[in-house]
Amino acid sequence: MFKAVYNWIDERLDVAPLWRDVADHEVPEHVNPAHHFSAFVYCFGGLTFFITVIQILSGMFLTMYFVPDINNAYASVDYLQHKVAFGGIVRGMHHWGASLVIVMMFLHTLRVFFTGSYKAPREMNWVVGMLIFFVMLGLGFTGYLLPWDNKAYYATKVGMQIAESVPYIGVYLKELMQGGTIVGAQTLTRFFAIHVFFLPGALLALLAGHFFMIRKQGISGPL
Amino acid sequence: MAKGVEQKMSNHEGQKPVRKEMSRRQFLSYTLGGTTAFMAGGVALPMIRFAVDPLLQKKEESAFIKVAEEAKITNDPVEYKFKIHQVDGWYESEAELVAWISKDANGNIFALSPVCKHLGCTIGWNTENSDQYVCPCHGAHYTRDGKNLNVAPNPLDEYEVKLDGGFVYLGPIKPNTRV
Repeated sequence: MFKAVYNWIDERLDVAPLWRDVADHEVPEHVNPAHHFSAFVYCFGGLTFFITVIQILSGMFLTMYFVPDINNAYASVDYLQHKVAFGGIVRGMHHWGASLVIVMMFLHTLRVFFTGSYKAPREMNWVVGMLIFFVMLGLGFTGYLLPWDNKAYYATKVGMQIAESVPYIGVYLKELMQGGTIVGAQTLTRFFAIHVFFLPGALLALLAGHFFMIRKQGISGPL
Repeated sequence: MAKGVEQKMSNHEGQKPVRKEMSRRQFLSYTLGGTTAFMAGGVALPMIRFAVDPLLQKKEESAFIKVAEEAKITNDPVEYKFKIHQVDGWYESEAELVAWISKDANGNIFALSPVCKHLGCTIGWNTENSDQYVCPCHGAHYTRDGKNLNVAPNPLDEYEVKLDGGFVYLGPIKPNTRV
């Protein structure tokens, strides 16, 4: 059945070379944990991506119940956490995954740094990786406000004060991010939009570049 | 057992034994595939159950609500509004419902739902001076018993009616019992 469907599509579009290009590539011995156990450090990037996929999926499901509105945000989070089946699990995946993705990304960065993998000709991939790092921090910062509880509110206030301390443009930067002069209704909708549309879009584009460069340049050689 | 014996005998005749076990590759792909499916299921199932939760939530039966004085009900339908406590996820409100209440020839009080059975607009009584319920959206007409005359496929729904102490109480909605 599956085979027949696949063949039907393949006859028309010749998709086999496409996915072979993506999937069929050799893993060099020095990055394969089956050969050298210590090579597990080369898995951190893949694990970061794996958790990112879980973040995207669980986030999509959370938006089925969440409302980015100051009157309803907390109530809707409370509802999905306590009244909806597996709400604690799905929100837990997103909550803990958010921290884990930062940890994994940090470990991945350390590995790249200590194996010298950022050196020529891979400098651009390091730069893209750093952009991904900042996008991830942005996702963490904007997502933190969304439950609209005390912790979220004051964490964002603190973040805004930090933004305000930027020389010359700080005041404008703060007001732009807040969408007004206080952390309030417009901050919440703004952060929601940034959290679910702008930053994920940027993240996917950067990840595509990150992966394209790995395939184009290959994995860096053994130490 | 018989097969084993056969194999042994064939061994004696110098033929290669036929191995019935799965190959190492097959075993590996089954265990890897099974583990992958288990882990993917662990991620996907909670999210799917989370998404279909509204389907599986227990529906609340609405209680009977005092709507009108029995003595004031006439043979002509009159619109009565009443409030029910509605819980919609995290949003609780006093939602306003409407019933068209009247008496039939035998003096039985009945209450019709104003929701058109065509596509759910709200009907009105006698808006065309024809002693009929009329829906403004697509022109469905109903008799005073709620019988569908055109456009709508079914008669108007009824509220369950309870009379107590001279007052009319309305309960859950049920299919029309009068036509």
